[in-house]
Amino acid sequence: MEQLIVSLLISIIVASTPLLLAAIGELVVEKVGVLNLGVEGMMLAGAIAAFATANVTGITVLGVLAGIFAGLLLSLLFAIISLTLQANQTATGLALTIFGRGFSALVGAGFVGIPAPTIPKIHLPLLSDIPFIGPVVFSQDPLVYLSLIILGVVAWAFKSTHFGLILRAVGDSHDAAHALGYPVIAIRYGAVMFGGAMAGLAGAYMSLAYTPMWAQDMTAGRGWVALALVTFSAWRPFWLLVGAWFFGALMFMALYVQAMGVAIPSAFLSATPYIGTVIVLVLISRDARRIRLHRPAMLGRPFLARS
Amino acid sequence: MLKIEPRGYESEFWKYFSPVMALLLTGATAGLIFALMGRPPGLTVYTFLVTPLINTGGFEALVVKAAPLIMMGVGLSLAYKANVWNIGTDGQFTIGAICGGGVALALPDAPALVVFPLVLLAGMIGGALNGGLVAWLRIKFNANEILTSLMFAYISQYLLVYLVTGPWRDPMGFGFPQTAMFSDEALAPKLVENTNVHLGILLAPLIAVALWFMLDKSLLGFQFRVLGQATRAAKFAGFSENKLVWIAMLISGGLAGLAGVFEVTGTLGQLTTNISPGYGYTAIIVAFL
Repeated sequence: MEQLIVSLLISIIVASTPLLLAAIGELVVEKVGVLNLGVEGMMLAGAIAAFATANVTGITVLGVLAGIFAGLLLSLLFAIISLTLQANQTATGLALTIFGRGFSALVGAGFVGIPAPTIPKIHLPLLSDIPFIGPVVFSQDPLVYLSLIILGVVAWAFKSTHFGLILRAVGDSHDAAHALGYPVIAIRYGAVMFGGAMAGLAGAYMSLAYTPMWAQDMTAGRGWVALALVTFSAWRPFWLLVGAWFFGALMFMALYVQAMGVAIPSAFLSATPYIGTVIVLVLISRDARRIRLHRPAMLGRPFLARS
Repeated sequence: MLKIEPRGYESEFWKYFSPVMALLLTGATAGLIFALMGRPPGLTVYTFLVTPLINTGGFEALVVKAAPLIMMGVGLSLAYKANVWNIGTDGQFTIGAICGGGVALALPDAPALVVFPLVLLAGMIGGALNGGLVAWLRIKFNANEILTSLMFAYISQYLLVYLVTGPWRDPMGFGFPQTAMFSDEALAPKLVENTNVHLGILLAPLIAVALWFMLDKSLLGFQFRVLGQATRAAKFAGFSENKLVWIAMLISGGLAGLAGVFEVTGTLGQLTTNISPGYGYTAIIVAFL
């Protein structure tokens, strides 16, 4: 029984990590007032870039870096189009997702069904021998720890640093931030590219650790779930973790219950994370006042300096 | 450094030339991608764009593929005009195909005059209900329609998989995940014998013209445009945002459902797990143009 719970918890943490990585990135993007709906596309680009690089070079770390770089490049494209050229952010983000899907399918056509080196788990000496806690907490792969560290740093930066305050100012009142002399567009560029790098990293985690292979559309809507998580968290970092674990559990349970051979048609189980997202969104959004209270006031609004 | 300034007036030239330039740039990008893949770019783009127009088989395939895209694209462009971001068209397409296909399977012996209109109607209602659900969630619960409509796209795909591999699977199908073939009466009437050129291909441009007329010439269309471009002005003018959201989602959902019905009754003749090769997402691009 204990063995079962341990392996269950390990799997849920693994399933929640790509969601968490992508959601942290998008949280920072939205905090500075930009809505990038391209998360799914950037994740897919990151997944194929990471997989292809790891497969060709045989070096996992290079794969992860390539994933980050791919997400970064796509988000730079988004930033140029929506921030410098002032195109509609919703449309640009959607187009970015469509582009990422098509691009990854094109590049990935030759990589279907072949293996690549995977990200190994690290077993921290001594600590991983602690019964129950050891295998769950101290025997994960490095990216799991990295995701938690980044989450902590982001939460701390927003809450207690001057830099975080500037970011929040840009997201809540870009005119005021501009009047104080902060480079609004440059800050938004930086945040958008951070979001892209995180989405690329999430994609790399998908194709190198979660399901170590490449399949077309392998992220299966996780980029969109990550977007929903940001709303769910009401733009508060630690709630992202709660949401990511919840959805990680839903996604894993769908697989797990299927494997147990429970007499529920597998299609229904596979659909549960998506149904869950709708329900959670409805419950969270119902209180419009609460959302308005937490949402960065300039979310999705273009900024044009008038001097 | 690039500096952007408001122009202050609308340039007639760019109004018409921008879409043309977008198409040219798309062609150039496609050529570049082909070149990177090691194919001669000019020839490939020529094969891609021109051959379908001069070769009959290719032309047939082109109009058959274009019909669902036109239906969904015009519905979406209407919704997008009003800032209603329906991106779950793939799901509404699937639900339309399921509902229409269900009627076709349930009435295998009915005459064409009865069953085909019912099939079309069921598909449209199915798509519209799916769209309406999204509208209801946005209006009643303030839930973002981008995320909910997309989630319904995944959910409806799984529903289709369930039906086709479960209760609706063809008992004679050797276990393949597909339903029985629809009766001939339930299929979309062909415009040209022995081809896939079906009624939907005639209908799609008519729908497009009708919707364009509505958007450009009617009060309702004006309300849509005002809501999209100046939400506050629309409120002051007393336009009901909720009503417009309902209409936008019902029309774009219904048209996507219709496209789904025509796809299964016009070209496939049965339901399989794989009825939409990404039509819904391509239609989003069509709507942006």
